[in-house]
Amino acid sequence: MIDPELARQTVRLATERGATDAECTLAEGQEFSAQVRMRELETLKDAGSRRAGLRVLVGKRVGSAHTSDLSSDGVRQMVDSALAIAAISTEDPYAGLPDTTDLGSLAGDLQLYSDDILGIDTPARIQAALDTEEAALSWDPRITNSEGASFSAYSGQRVFANSRGFLGSYRTSSCSLSATPVARQGDAMERDFWYSSARSHSKLDSPAAVGRRAAERTVRRLGARKVPTQKVPVIFDSVTARSLIGNIFEAVEGDSIYRKASILAEKLGQRVASENVTVIDDGGLPGLFGTSPFDDEGVPSRRTVVIDRGVLQSYLLNSYTARKLGMRTTGNAARGITGNAGVGHGNFFLQKGERSPEEIVRGIRQGLYVTELIGHGVNVVTGDYSRGAAGLWIENGEFAYPVSEITIAANLQQMLLDVEAAGSDLEFRGSVASPTLLIREMTVSGQ
Amino acid sequence: MPLSDSFFGQKFGITEHDLESYLSEALSAGGEYADLYFEYLATSQLSIDESIVKSAVQGVSLGIGVRVISGERTGYAYSDDLSPEKIRKAARVAACIANGPSKVEKTGFEETRRRDLYPIVTAPSETSLAERVELVKRADHAARAADKRVFQVQASYIDSLREVLVATSDGVLSTDRQPLARLGVSVLARDTEGSGDHVAQRGYSGGGGRVALDFFETEKTPEHFAREAVRQAIVQLQALPAPAGEMAVVLGPGWPGVLLHEAVGHGLEADFNRKKVSAFSGLIGQQVASPLCTVIDDGTIRNRRGSLNVDDEGATTQENVLIEKGVLRGYLFDKLSSRLLRSKTTGSGRRESYQHIPMPRMTNTFMLAGDSDPEDIIRSTSRGLYCANFGGGQVDITSGNFVFNASESYLIEDGHITRPVRGAMLTGNGPEALKHVSMVGHDLKLDEGMGMCGKEGQSVPVGVGIPTIKIDRMTVGGTAA
Repeated sequence: MIDPELARQTVRLATERGATDAECTLAEGQEFSAQVRMRELETLKDAGSRRAGLRVLVGKRVGSAHTSDLSSDGVRQMVDSALAIAAISTEDPYAGLPDTTDLGSLAGDLQLYSDDILGIDTPARIQAALDTEEAALSWDPRITNSEGASFSAYSGQRVFANSRGFLGSYRTSSCSLSATPVARQGDAMERDFWYSSARSHSKLDSPAAVGRRAAERTVRRLGARKVPTQKVPVIFDSVTARSLIGNIFEAVEGDSIYRKASILAEKLGQRVASENVTVIDDGGLPGLFGTSPFDDEGVPSRRTVVIDRGVLQSYLLNSYTARKLGMRTTGNAARGITGNAGVGHGNFFLQKGERSPEEIVRGIRQGLYVTELIGHGVNVVTGDYSRGAAGLWIENGEFAYPVSEITIAANLQQMLLDVEAAGSDLEFRGSVASPTLLIREMTVSGQ
Repeated sequence: MPLSDSFFGQKFGITEHDLESYLSEALSAGGEYADLYFEYLATSQLSIDESIVKSAVQGVSLGIGVRVISGERTGYAYSDDLSPEKIRKAARVAACIANGPSKVEKTGFEETRRRDLYPIVTAPSETSLAERVELVKRADHAARAADKRVFQVQASYIDSLREVLVATSDGVLSTDRQPLARLGVSVLARDTEGSGDHVAQRGYSGGGGRVALDFFETEKTPEHFAREAVRQAIVQLQALPAPAGEMAVVLGPGWPGVLLHEAVGHGLEADFNRKKVSAFSGLIGQQVASPLCTVIDDGTIRNRRGSLNVDDEGATTQENVLIEKGVLRGYLFDKLSSRLLRSKTTGSGRRESYQHIPMPRMTNTFMLAGDSDPEDIIRSTSRGLYCANFGGGQVDITSGNFVFNASESYLIEDGHITRPVRGAMLTGNGPEALKHVSMVGHDLKLDEGMGMCGKEGQSVPVGVGIPTIKIDRMTVGGTAA
């Protein structure tokens, strides 16, 4: 554990040495992972590290530094380094800290830390990984190989202090199980994976469930074909839909808004999506991965409705982008350990709809059900959207055969307006979540 | 260089005796092999944004990683504290992977042959921050002056100096000092005249290598990158939606070599092949590309971003032939894979930092030049896509399917490059795609030096290169069906 006082002392040292304002972040983390492959232990990793970061303001000039040396010498060097940088930077009229009235921390237990993970000893952790892989390997005779399975655990602490009197600290923990089986049919091989992760061991899915789901996802890819190039309805499963929700985040975060580098810039109050789209950011939901008592500038986390039934209601802002836009911070500051804060999200999700994923599939005469997306082909400045995809072809409301080596393309603005259904299957498996989504039409490019 | 003269000898007083004692602690539970990776990394990063130097960061990171190998098993631990007690503790944790009597290892080290692929004239620490600020200010000025449609400019300069010491239980001792620098310029441009909605377009350019600041004053100036970023954004202002479907694709020279990185390189990393999970597993000696294709991974090119004097396991880097005239020749090995597959290491063991376990990775991957005139290649294409620049790519090494997105591309109509088209994703299958290469130009070019490769959560700098090539058939993922 790090003594939070070190953050306060560092801030004090910075102001004594000439900073008009200062922010200090301390972070400590312990990581553990056990990887198994083909029923044998392959890798064990067990270690921890600590870091300190400092950002200073000298008037309207900013400087930042970080170090892994938390000794008093190390901290002093970091302070001097940050001040030296402030001296060569340019005055930025918008530089500053959040207003003191905006500072604070959510009260109550957010269930971010659980010590039940510590209670699982190394042999049991290895066994959990072995059981997960075994469940995958034994599920189907076509699963002939494996890239392995793993159990990993993490615990950490984050401390933040600033020169306006804020001092906060919280601990987090997490653990996860994953498996990546490989299936073979003739000369063709396919792999896929599945995982479960939670802040408490008690919330983790069982090894059998994770392994079986990984195997099912892998086997159903066998015999994949390419399809002719055409325009069809496209269903994103709840896994791939998450990346689409991530694209919405990029388009509403304050940095791209004030730069006018987003399809959603200057669109507050306007219809930007179909009625089926309600997008919320909530950093206060207990026990989830996007939850924290305060953001990385010391502003309390909160719930913000970003898109309400298709109408853009709010951007997500830190104090800097808020000042740039003449608005107020939404408690969405995010940064690693130092530097000017960027904008991040809490639990960022699209609200679930009425129909089950199965019902949505049944309603499609011919279309694509996407289970994997690869590549980085989304441009939120223009809305151009083109990504590599794999999935299942739908004919007359049923899965007909797997498809791969194709791309799907459209314009993101049109895709949001074309969301015809959101499924009832919203599940928080990370800090971004989405139910199954149906898009009216996209270009599928294949043969 | 004797250890006592090296960075870790000088600054932390580490001796050969210390290294031997840490290694024997690591092998105290019977592992077959152990290594120590000491790393000190000093970085600085600054950027200009709206003509203001808003952000600059300096930082230092120090640590040691201890690895123990026992059969196919690896134990790993690290510490950010170089005190003997903490290093011993990490060694004991890593040792737990093995289960047997303590191994007595040979004593004494042999130092890896010294090379100097990136001589450092002026270390970053001796360069003033003000000089770095000047670089980004010049980039900002040049971009704004280049075209009045430019309305946002961000330029950043990042440099680092990494001091590394590797000591292994089989007697390898190596030290290296690795500089890395990159200047990048990103712009947004918009048409201001005429009617209609004025969609903004982004342009990006950047480069560098294992170089110091003077490189950007003499070889590749901030103005060079700024003008290139603006050119790309302006081209995009006129771009039409990209076509969709299978067609001939011509790749321009340089950065489009990322195709090789995705389509071939990852699939040839020995860890995937040891596990037989790569689409290239078992294909050594077979035709996997057209006879026009010879693909090399070379970690020894002076000052290149992907180059290393020694890899992160202390092995000397080398030139590795991956594909020769279309025939698959070899994989990229790290120490673990070479032990298990009884092959020689190819100097391809790399890791992101002391917190990471090494694995086989690429360095600088490129295709050798052919005989064709690049203009003849375009002329021979009746309908297709010419890709001058790419963003990133990704591959599923098991099925072999890969994608990469063209950030600057043009239609080819009747043997001529005609209109620019908007970003399109290209997709193909690794062992198949290069079989359709029908022409290879004589204009091999390496990229400008901005590549970053991610694998299993670890990022390392890499280079790519390619001459102009024609692929007869590839799927282009636009919207204009």
